[in-house]
Amino acid sequence: MSSIKGLGGRLYSGEKSFNIVANAKRWYALSAVFTIISIGALAFQGLHLGIEFKGGSAYTFTSNTATVEQARSTVEEAGISGEIIVQKVGDTKIRIQTGSLTNAESDAVEGAIVSTFGVSAESIDTQIIGPSWGKEITKKALYGLIAFLLVIMLFLAMTFEPKMAIAAIIAVVHDVFITVGIYALVGFDVTPATVIGFLTILGYSLYDTVVVFDKVRENTRSITSTSKQTYTQATNLAVNQTLVRSVNTSIIALIPVGSILFVGAGLLGAGTLKDLSLALFIGMLVGAYSSIYIAPPVLAQLREKEPAMIALAKRVQARGAGASTPTATTTTEATTSVITAERRGPRNQPKRKGRK
Amino acid sequence: MSTPNKVVKTSTRPGRALAILALILVSLGATALVTDASSVRLGLDLRGGTSVTLQPRASAGSDVTSEAIDQAVEIIRQRVNSLGVAESEVTAQGSGTNRQIVISVPGENGRRVVDLVGQTAELRFRQVLASGPGIPNATDTSTVATPVAGVSDAINQAYANLDCTNAASLQGTGSDDPTTPITACSKDGGAKYILAPAEVLGRQISKASAGIDTQAGSAWSVSLTFNNEGTSAFGALTARVTSLPEPTNQVAIVLDGIVQSSPRINEAIPSGTAQITGSFSQVEAQDLANVLKYGALPLAFDRGEVQQVSPTLGSEQLDAGLLAGALGLILVTIYSFFYYRGLGIVVTGSLTVAAFMIYLLVLVLGETIGFTLTLAGIAGIIVAVGITADSFVVYFERIRDEIREGRSLRSAVESGWVKARHTILVADAVSIIAAALLYFFAVGGVRGFAFTLGLTTLVDLFVVFIFTKPMMTLMAKLKFFNTGSRFSGVSDKSSGVTRSTTKVEA
Repeated sequence: MSSIKGLGGRLYSGEKSFNIVANAKRWYALSAVFTIISIGALAFQGLHLGIEFKGGSAYTFTSNTATVEQARSTVEEAGISGEIIVQKVGDTKIRIQTGSLTNAESDAVEGAIVSTFGVSAESIDTQIIGPSWGKEITKKALYGLIAFLLVIMLFLAMTFEPKMAIAAIIAVVHDVFITVGIYALVGFDVTPATVIGFLTILGYSLYDTVVVFDKVRENTRSITSTSKQTYTQATNLAVNQTLVRSVNTSIIALIPVGSILFVGAGLLGAGTLKDLSLALFIGMLVGAYSSIYIAPPVLAQLREKEPAMIALAKRVQARGAGASTPTATTTTEATTSVITAERRGPRNQPKRKGRK
Repeated sequence: MSTPNKVVKTSTRPGRALAILALILVSLGATALVTDASSVRLGLDLRGGTSVTLQPRASAGSDVTSEAIDQAVEIIRQRVNSLGVAESEVTAQGSGTNRQIVISVPGENGRRVVDLVGQTAELRFRQVLASGPGIPNATDTSTVATPVAGVSDAINQAYANLDCTNAASLQGTGSDDPTTPITACSKDGGAKYILAPAEVLGRQISKASAGIDTQAGSAWSVSLTFNNEGTSAFGALTARVTSLPEPTNQVAIVLDGIVQSSPRINEAIPSGTAQITGSFSQVEAQDLANVLKYGALPLAFDRGEVQQVSPTLGSEQLDAGLLAGALGLILVTIYSFFYYRGLGIVVTGSLTVAAFMIYLLVLVLGETIGFTLTLAGIAGIIVAVGITADSFVVYFERIRDEIREGRSLRSAVESGWVKARHTILVADAVSIIAAALLYFFAVGGVRGFAFTLGLTTLVDLFVVFIFTKPMMTLMAKLKFFNTGSRFSGVSDKSSGVTRSTTKVEA
């Protein structure tokens, strides 16, 4: 407990530092692997779409005695052909899912359930989806996605820096990609609630990234006027300084989502709550990862290409070289940043001297 | 940073902010009382009922315009109201031409409503050119079907292949071009037709009603009256077809590519009033009258989604939603106390204020703009609990940062706020933008999620500014926090600071 707090303080001062930004290639590689797996899963397995996207009907009723086999034969005897999925939900509920039905067929199914299992027609929960509905939802979700990316990009470019906007968007796209990939891989049902979940991840993942970037901006405000640290190092310090915060915000955000998931999946079985919270849960985890490991390194890379930052990096390197080894040209970027990161917390120096 | 112990001046009047908060809460409560909003309006998924979502579709001769959707909403509303189900609702969701029409009927009698409003497109009268049983003709179509003269081979072929027992054929079609002949199925799938171009349109009907035809042995019948335009069109149509052989002396009443009825024309009807008789039941006659009366929708619709939730499932879902909310709140509270110790009080207080404010807002909005709380909406609120708590984390960590920089608690509360404020504003703005866009682009029930997510984020901003921050200012004056008790959450140890060393840099 208190050791975590202590860690927070040491991370802040720069006394302890994780080399997150400098090891960018490692995280990129990790994410690239996940992304490739996601693409593969999407291409070969595809998403398991709910009836909202395919069109079809679902009937749920409560019966203590009904079995899956009975329910299936009941529906088949009502003259319904095609794919019929019958599931037991909880202890007493049966859910029957069919392809697109006409009103007459739908009535026949309900009639058969009523007569076989002795339930009233009103107590059957039904959901009937037209065949073209899915296209509409998909189209809207896509419009939403595009509009979101554009608006957010503009907003972040205005409040922060254009390159921060680009880095943030890259991280967000990364999150959605991997989350969708996990869905394809595991075969979770994708419903409109899931899609809304995906879209919400966009907002959430950005929230995390914004917190980190706000600190990056603060640390790099007058970075070119000194030669103490490169943009990469300043970014890395910001990531470390906000690490405790990022972990905490993620945990606190995941707690309520986790309780929805627990209640939704555990008590209700299927439906809006489960679909929404599962997408959020996975997406938030991925989002927390990308706000630390993807967005800041991408930002640093983008900024380091600027002439001013290249010049700064040279000045810092010259300083570092003069202080550490004469053959500084062979020093890898990673080690440079370790050295400077340890040294850099401005208030840090006297403290360590005092202690040791 | 060079003068870390200088107190940053922010709005250091915590009393006033808290008074404003109290005023807002009281006025919200008063509004709720005045508008008589005693209970939260629950969505159909939480109390049981049927909802239908219709997607406007451009069809031949009619574009989807904003006016057309408004008009369609009005007509459907009339239809639903004519059924006399209390608290039914017809609304358009979305913006501009990109809207869906959502029909909600509470309680257990939604079925008939669904069937009725499901028939949504433009009503047209077409002469029957050919009819037969609703099954495909034998494979060798050329020998079995007698091609109907005057229509294209393609239509004849389509007619021969048409299978009205197939579900897809009864979905209704968008290709119901009034100017060309079409093939169509009867409503029950039992018959199929080739129909001539439309001659009379639904909007040319001025009145339609169901009644008992006393002359024909008290059978139910439907009477209809045409307007001027309709009278001459219907007169010409009936005069022409009445003497033709079966089935070309029938006129089909076509709604969205489905034949509702195909009465035989017994005589020319120049008067503009007609009566349809047959073996109608009362419900059938009334429904046909309603279709005739309100059938003239300016648009065609796809029936997107029909959802029927029983009251039992509704209350189960409500319980589950509330349970998830309670669980989330309790766990977040426990975590805050665990990690932030004494500051957990501020978190709990802020969350309580936020929850109370949201409750009042949902009450008031339910009464004023008809906002209904759905399961997705509850999920939105719960998810936002996390976002709300995030603001506190951002702020508290900032305070600790400031303490690490060597400030006193009272100073850190102020200077930390200045920095945290910006982060919170930007992060919440991102959330609100996301929620607003979701709201406009989402379809159906999940919009409730976006709405409450956005609402709660706004409330969060509010609470952080006029409750959390002032509370922190007040609490920083308390001895418990100020002297750095190890349970306060802002002690030097919690922040990882050794006082003696930090003084060096000052």
